[in-house]
Amino acid sequence: MTLVHTTVRILRQLRHDRRTIGLLIVVPVLLLTLLYYMFQDQKQVFNSVALIMLGIFPFIIMFLVTSIAMLRERTTGTLERLLTTPLRRTDLLFGYGIAFGVAAAIQATVASLVAYWLFDLNTAGSQALVILIAVTNAVLGVALGLLASAFARTEFQAVQFMPIVALPQILLCGLFVARDQMAAWLEALSNVLPLTYAVEALQEVGAHPDPTATMWRDLGIVAGAVVLALVLASLTLRRRTP
Amino acid sequence: MIEVIDLVVDRGKRTVLNGFSCSVPTGSVTGLLGPSGSGKTTLMRAIVGVQIVRSGSVKVLGLEAGSAALRHKIGYLTQAPSVYADLTVRENARYFASLYGQSAAQADQIVANVGLAGAAHQLVDDLSGGQRSRASLVCALIGRPEVLVLDEPTVGQDPVLRDELWEQFRALAADGTTILVSSHVMDEANRCDRLLLIREGELIADDTPAAVKASAGTDDLDKAFLALIRRHGESASDPEGVRS
Repeated sequence: MTLVHTTVRILRQLRHDRRTIGLLIVVPVLLLTLLYYMFQDQKQVFNSVALIMLGIFPFIIMFLVTSIAMLRERTTGTLERLLTTPLRRTDLLFGYGIAFGVAAAIQATVASLVAYWLFDLNTAGSQALVILIAVTNAVLGVALGLLASAFARTEFQAVQFMPIVALPQILLCGLFVARDQMAAWLEALSNVLPLTYAVEALQEVGAHPDPTATMWRDLGIVAGAVVLALVLASLTLRRRTP
Repeated sequence: MIEVIDLVVDRGKRTVLNGFSCSVPTGSVTGLLGPSGSGKTTLMRAIVGVQIVRSGSVKVLGLEAGSAALRHKIGYLTQAPSVYADLTVRENARYFASLYGQSAAQADQIVANVGLAGAAHQLVDDLSGGQRSRASLVCALIGRPEVLVLDEPTVGQDPVLRDELWEQFRALAADGTTILVSSHVMDEANRCDRLLLIREGELIADDTPAAVKASAGTDDLDKAFLALIRRHGESASDPEGVRS
């Protein structure tokens, strides 16, 4: 039950912060607009880039929002207080995962509706699968954000985990250079980064009318990475501090 | 009952508590007094089980401090108000109530008890400093804990409210709650059953307010503490004294 209460509490906090809700919804749409005009005469490029961005935007945004939210729990003393209550650490972390997952679902739905209807995004597979993968990706951002915040003492440190954790994954996921054309060690590195699989899953939806086995496997890997990151985050969340 | 034996705590490079021992009897209000930096908060953190300690033992209600069974029985008020600024008073209270399995109605009752009924629907961010620390107090009181550890609960409060809060602490203690409360205000010290005076991590006095005053030969607690600190300083610099 404390998991439900914690999830509701986090959603309530978000609801009181209207501007953040606005930014969560508007920012991906603005970025997609930018992409649309960038590739106005290259429909194919827009199709493949926008599809991947529908997965990457929520990942980055949720990573940032979560690591700051968790750091705020730490610096305002609410985390210390929570750790003296019967609340289980996994309930707190999964609460964040679910609450921000809900926010990400709204974000991904709006962004993909705009991409399909306004910008004529074209994928062989269904829009619902794109949203599903985008939300899973957002939750991956949440989980990694929670884990990263354990290593940050200040906001300055927390925001710098974004380039450390998110950027290499974006660079190596196959968006800029096809993975089989990378140096072997870079390809090996990209093989252990979860975002690689999220991007591959999106590309599968882009290319095939029906969900493929590769897509489901990739989605499973991303979900596994989420659980792993959340469990690691709960292990690094110490009740006792110096 | 809280029992601290030979507690050693380092914070950063500094040893804040070095072989500290004290006890807090059940169903009483024990005041923890001492200047800023004397180790009050560190001691309280060790008692609620969030402080890494180097050695020594801290037992609360017969259990190791910080053990899972204690988390239902202990309420902790941190010095800086630790409530969610982006929630209303009531939302904060109800959330913490839910963690202890208490109802929303009970949460609202405690909000009213600390004089925040009129501000229940305000965001904590919009409250005054005094209101904010009372909102934080609500969340410590909410689980009806057997042990309450309150780090400066009355700072910045209106004198009438402070008086009411102390009446509530006294009533809770009369019901069997063990309360450890730190304070800077000497007139509050007079309302405690026992006093622990701590300075530079050492226990200088552990007695009733009356006995503390009697042993220092003055009726004024401020002066009594000054006398005890001086006396303690002399015995510490005395080569015959075995303190270190």
